[in-house]
Amino acid sequence: IRFILIQNRAGKTRLAKWYMQFDDDEKQKLIEEVHAVVTVRDAKHTNFVEFRNFKIIYRRYAGLYFCICVDVTDNNLAYLEAIHNFVEVLNEYFHNVCELDLVFNFYKVYTVVDEMFLAGEIRETSQTKVLKQLLMLQSLE
Amino acid sequence: MIQTEASCCRIIFGMGKGKSKEAEIKRINKELANIRSKFKGDKALDGYSKKKYVCKLLFIFLLGHDIDFGHMEAVNLLSSNRYTEKQIGYLFISVLVNSNSELIRLINNAIKNDLASRNPTFMGLALHCIANVGSREMAEAFAGEIPKILVAGDTMDSVKQSAALCLLRLYRTSPDLVPMGDWTSRVVHLLNDQHLGVVTAATSLITTLAQKNPEEFKTSVSLAVSRLSRIVTSASTDLQDYTYYFVPAPWLSVKLLRLLQCYPPPEDPAVRGRLTECLETILNKAQEPPKSKKVQHSNAKNAVLFEAISLIIHHDSEPNLLVRACNQLGQFLQHRETNLRYLALESMCTLASSEFSHEAVKTHIETVINALKTERDVSVRQRAVDLLYAMCDRSNAQQIVAEMLNYLETADYSIREEIVLKVAILAEKYAVDYTWYVDTILNLIRIAGDYVSEEVWYRVIQIVINRDDVQGYAAKTVFEALQAPACHENLVKVGGYILGEFGNLIAGDPRSSPLIQFNLLHSKFHLCSVPTRALLLSTYIKFVNLFPEIKTTIQDVLRSDSQLKNADVELQQRAVEYLRLSTIASTDILATVLEEMPPFPERESSILAKLKKKKGPGTVTDLEEIKKERSSDMNGSAEPASVNASAVSTPSPSADLLGLGAAPLTNSAPPPSSSGSLLVDVFSDSASAVAPLAPGSDDNFASPDLASSEVVSEEPADTVHDADELFHKFVCKNNGVLFENQLLQIGLKSEFRQNLGRMFIFYGNKTSTQFLNFTPTVICSDDLQPSLNLQTKPVDPTVDGGAQVQQVVNIECVSDFMEAPILNIQFRYGGTFQNLSVKLPITLNKFFQPTEMSSQDFFQRWKQLSNPKQEVQNIFKAKHPMDAEITKAKIIGFGSALLEEVDPNPANFVGAGIIHTKTTQIGCLLRLEPNLQAQMYRLTLRTSKEAVSQRLCELLSEQF
Repeated sequence: IRFILIQNRAGKTRLAKWYMQFDDDEKQKLIEEVHAVVTVRDAKHTNFVEFRNFKIIYRRYAGLYFCICVDVTDNNLAYLEAIHNFVEVLNEYFHNVCELDLVFNFYKVYTVVDEMFLAGEIRETSQTKVLKQLLMLQSLE
Repeated sequence: MIQTEASCCRIIFGMGKGKSKEAEIKRINKELANIRSKFKGDKALDGYSKKKYVCKLLFIFLLGHDIDFGHMEAVNLLSSNRYTEKQIGYLFISVLVNSNSELIRLINNAIKNDLASRNPTFMGLALHCIANVGSREMAEAFAGEIPKILVAGDTMDSVKQSAALCLLRLYRTSPDLVPMGDWTSRVVHLLNDQHLGVVTAATSLITTLAQKNPEEFKTSVSLAVSRLSRIVTSASTDLQDYTYYFVPAPWLSVKLLRLLQCYPPPEDPAVRGRLTECLETILNKAQEPPKSKKVQHSNAKNAVLFEAISLIIHHDSEPNLLVRACNQLGQFLQHRETNLRYLALESMCTLASSEFSHEAVKTHIETVINALKTERDVSVRQRAVDLLYAMCDRSNAQQIVAEMLNYLETADYSIREEIVLKVAILAEKYAVDYTWYVDTILNLIRIAGDYVSEEVWYRVIQIVINRDDVQGYAAKTVFEALQAPACHENLVKVGGYILGEFGNLIAGDPRSSPLIQFNLLHSKFHLCSVPTRALLLSTYIKFVNLFPEIKTTIQDVLRSDSQLKNADVELQQRAVEYLRLSTIASTDILATVLEEMPPFPERESSILAKLKKKKGPGTVTDLEEIKKERSSDMNGSAEPASVNASAVSTPSPSADLLGLGAAPLTNSAPPPSSSGSLLVDVFSDSASAVAPLAPGSDDNFASPDLASSEVVSEEPADTVHDADELFHKFVCKNNGVLFENQLLQIGLKSEFRQNLGRMFIFYGNKTSTQFLNFTPTVICSDDLQPSLNLQTKPVDPTVDGGAQVQQVVNIECVSDFMEAPILNIQFRYGGTFQNLSVKLPITLNKFFQPTEMSSQDFFQRWKQLSNPKQEVQNIFKAKHPMDAEITKAKIIGFGSALLEEVDPNPANFVGAGIIHTKTTQIGCLLRLEPNLQAQMYRLTLRTSKEAVSQRLCELLSEQF
């Protein structure tokens, strides 16, 4: 994984996680490009878009686009379902997650991401295990 | 925490009320000022408040505002014993990475403490921070420590997971700092771990390591196979937490299958059998009824299936599995999910290149053509085009090309050029009947003329010229195509060229009489751009030769003010020269000068090269090519199989040539005479005049060089054939004819690598009589001798009539040099003694190695070489038309790298390279600034050595 972006339809970024070195201007450019590429696609389109030398795997949940940028040789469906797995965890953790949960609890969202994805790789896929760990951490707060 | 959230809310909602952007910024600034004063205040903040304000800063940053303070407070939080404070501290560091060296030391210190804390939560935070930042400083500090944590017996599972991926990140950013060691074998055994999360993380690490060190991780193959086998044979509930919508551990399965793609099929028959069973099970499961209707179920299942198919294709050894994979993908081609249709097309593309499954793929042609017509998503249609291209062979080429042409009429602009290239390649490659080829290309120009690049129409001309069976047809067809009231300029170019060469073949028909041909072409003249008009003028002068009866008509046109006084220098010059030529030259001379073009040497299609460039190497599916790549992969050989293609035709074993230099080949650098530049080479002559006006195709030994009509009976002894023109031609290329008179032709082929080189000299006896006492000698002057070491072997003193002998010169560049060695040849021919000398084109630039660098690096080095003695500049008049593409090809041919997007002025050319000599290496930078208006160039060379700058500048100035 090169980066993960969660954006709303207006293009506001709700989460950006970078696994490659980019400078700030480059990040801003990528964010805008991804938004432009993804939002024009409709339900009849695939969930994959070629993007520079990579590809974006994305899925839309209500007003939010969850986008993962991966290498062209990576497994599309595996990352597509990784997004869904991640969303189900968020949903469970925040009890029906909504956009504002991601905004206000940004530090928790980062924790969830790090539990499930690390160094650009899938770290843990078991929802039970991830939630158990998150609850344990929450009890320390 | 609640309070933090509340205050965050206050910022946000405050902002919501703020009517304008300014109000928002004002509010943020107020908040920042408040936090700043808290941090600066006399009263030391407690951990809780510190955390609260750092968290606010982070929030403001994430809203998109710059934050330039708070780093120190964040670092302080790292040493807190409370999880929340530590977590916010680490998050701040991860998100706002700052390479402030003072802080890095403090951060590393805190991480070190946490790693040693034995508290799994703190260890996790520290490891995640390293994995997120991944800086070199962190690699230096922790690359030794993390493997220990990873393999220690008492490490918690979740910490192991983090440690594995943390190590992976450090290995990616600084592989040199991660030492291989005892831990590697223990990491491989993590594939057996009880905890599937640990296996998931470890598999990623092992895959990356195995790609770089396949030998060391070879044992992972059998472990991965048995792990995979246990997963795919498990019942859907066995793996509990790791079952996702009834699919057992889909992500782990995918990762294991990817790991196996780092290796060839297992040698051990037991392991191999077990793997085949796994793959069969996966294929079988695809046929079972789904356990759930949810898309998550089918996606997870198919993720594994596609990865298994990738592995089957990678192994390319089990025909049975390949055909089954193909059938499965065939089913997906008609699936209602767009995702699956897309992926099936993509995956089938690679299957098409396997000899085992090529035929099976072909059976789906109708479905794929249908996809081209009906898919709504352009990216799916694109894949369909790719697949058609990949499955094309002689049996279906006509159908596929026709469908692609059909599609081209409505295709999206974004993919038109690529389709044009593909059609052009397929039409050429599978043409049995060249009339079909000509029709196809003309259709291409008609349908998508704007997307037909120069390479495509150059190529059709090459082919027509080389095949005399199609020339009449081509002339007739272009003539007809030109009748269209509005035709594309590219058609005018092709038409002009072909009629100029072969118009006579259709002139017998009164409907296409010479005058009609001429009037037809000339009716387009005024609508065309300058280069096309220049080409048409050349066609006209060729007509003067082909059709003497319309000579006066053409002369009238050339004589008109719009030609003779044309504002464009090139057009004016052509008009003047051609008019003069047609007036004074006798028919014989005209016939010689305007001779039909000689055949072009056969070479790789430049269109293919262009497509490869467009798609990146490896994506152009050419059966043989993939085979070649794959076999070299398996042998683990690092040398690209296609280097030094020219070496194949020389008698010496190519391995020897490869062995000349010890350094690995830079396979990204184009060989000095890539097909693209050669093409430009050929056409650089014909662009300024129809070819035989210029010396013919001088890089082809075999071509009958009729154009050289010079009559030289006996050379005065001992004059060096200066032939400077020819000598300079060799500065930017390595092969071609060096010298030719009525008796003898001398051809060269040479290769250079670093400070070594080898030159093959071919002496061809053009007469039918023997040459006796044939003695070529290579002479270095006293000045040259210490710098250039040349070794030759004597050749057979007798050269039979019509025969060719060859001589090898081994070259070593000891230090930089100015002069060129002299090749002296003495022999007896029919009783007379012949003695001649030519300069041998071994020039300093042959020992260039191109160097790629960024704009920043280039100008930094440029400034470093600012000593006036290091710079040599030359301002000179252009001797050839100023064409950017030709100039680029020449700079690359010269040996330096051509750096794109370095010079702020895109019209300028910038190059860099290193001259290798035995004693030293000299870095060279060059910059060429064309001034189109004045038809002048300014060339600047900067190297660390004055003499080198001087010599390179001299050599290169002669080229433009």
